[in-house]
Amino acid sequence: MSTAQRTFVTATGWMAELGRSTLFLLRVLASLPRLVTKPRLVIEQIYSVGVLSLVIVVVAGVFVGMVLALSGYRLLVDFAAEQALGTSVALVVVRELGPVVTGLLFAGRAGSALAAEIGLMKATDQLSGMEMMAVDPVKRIVAPRFLASMITLPLLTSIFCVMAIGAGGGYFVGVEMLGVDAGSYWSGIQSNVDFGQDIVNVFLKSGVFGAIIAWVALYQGYHASPTSEGVSRATTNTVVIASLAILGANLMLTAVLFGSH
Amino acid sequence: MNANRLDNGASGAPSNLVEVRDLHFRMGERDIYKGVDIDIARGRITAIMGPSGTGKTTLLRLISGQWRAASGQVHFDDAEVSRLSQRELFNQRKRMGMLFQSGALLTDLSVFDNIAFPLREHTRLPERLIRDIVLMKLEAVGLRGARNLAPAQLSGGMARRVALARAIALDPEMIMYDEPFAGQDPISMGVLLRLIRRLNDVLGLTSIVVSHDVKETLGIADYVYVISDGEVIDHGTPAHIQASESEWVQQFVHAAPDGPVPFHFAGSPYTADLLQEGQR
Repeated sequence: MSTAQRTFVTATGWMAELGRSTLFLLRVLASLPRLVTKPRLVIEQIYSVGVLSLVIVVVAGVFVGMVLALSGYRLLVDFAAEQALGTSVALVVVRELGPVVTGLLFAGRAGSALAAEIGLMKATDQLSGMEMMAVDPVKRIVAPRFLASMITLPLLTSIFCVMAIGAGGGYFVGVEMLGVDAGSYWSGIQSNVDFGQDIVNVFLKSGVFGAIIAWVALYQGYHASPTSEGVSRATTNTVVIASLAILGANLMLTAVLFGSH
Repeated sequence: MNANRLDNGASGAPSNLVEVRDLHFRMGERDIYKGVDIDIARGRITAIMGPSGTGKTTLLRLISGQWRAASGQVHFDDAEVSRLSQRELFNQRKRMGMLFQSGALLTDLSVFDNIAFPLREHTRLPERLIRDIVLMKLEAVGLRGARNLAPAQLSGGMARRVALARAIALDPEMIMYDEPFAGQDPISMGVLLRLIRRLNDVLGLTSIVVSHDVKETLGIADYVYVISDGEVIDHGTPAHIQASESEWVQQFVHAAPDGPVPFHFAGSPYTADLLQEGQR
């Protein structure tokens, strides 16, 4: 087989996989309205993918905020503009690092767990067992996890941003350690971070990232080979594909949401 | 290959709940079924026997509509399974139970909740009534006292009994058992044998038992199909199978290591292989 033929076969394979995963996504989306009558299923998953990811998000937020304040201060102090530290930390965190870093952490922590859980359920015939009990696993198992991820990631991102900007992260390094004026720090944030432009968009971005991660993880788990190797591959694929998809989607969303300003 | 000796209606023999006609099924490059006819009579235990890898579990998946045949027909209560919509198929499945080889219990639910699961999904019964039904099903399999355990705390035999209780939770008309005796100790096996027979007779079920455990299966089955290489080799009552003139069936029934199914996997002559050097 020539290189051109191999490339063609690989490309058509990817297209077919994309088509299958899109059909899977449509099945999941069609199942979401039914969850109105079963909110408990979603709440359980919010705990599983959200609350259990909280520690990692809080710790990462604090460290990222500290680093941003430290490096931002070194840059700004040369221009005697250290009073803009709060603004620079807040805008970088809210517009880019918050959604992206939280998304990457979520893909590693919750995405891999979802793929492994669904893959193992398949390997141990739990999904087939459900089908035999006339229960659709997409409606009962997949859809609640998808919706929970979409709800949870924006909330986790908000917490990440607060930790990065606030008393534990950027504020601690900038104000408490490096001596930036506390009033300048907060007033800069207050006057430059726009609710409609920045806060709404951060929720929008992280909601999209939550959907992407859940889509990748659930598809990989649901279609994993029912072997230990298959589950392992599904988990790895989830982290790799979801991470790259987040970075790509972030570029597009940033261009759309902030490109004209 | 033709059918069963159990006639429909006129002779007084039970009618068929499942009828498989000219079934063909391929998996990759391999023909699993090459045109088999199988009848499952109502109210009886029908065993599907054959060595590992002959497609016995595949047959259950085809009957339940999890997989679709390349050609041929599978009828459940006169409805062709492959032509049913998902809604119709799910309605049919409420009339079937299946005991998976692995048990297929939901690992995040307790024993009680596993059995309550189909009741909560498909009925609007109050919790008090669901509790009573679950306890009745658990009592039937002798595990009422284990209702608060998690599936991970159960032995293999107990897990299968819980799965059996779940399979009968909706009072199905038919139960399919996929290798129910595999890996069981003698006590668990005895319990399962008695349960399959008793549930079939007391609840008036139709049972399909897929197994390669000859002695145990022939001991409880009313009718037996022996399958190999995509075809029905023989079928009849357990007595008929044991006295079968087919060499293949005799090798299978008496567990002979050599016969029509050779002990050695196909390969070059042994001596020639030994004399060749430098090759694996």
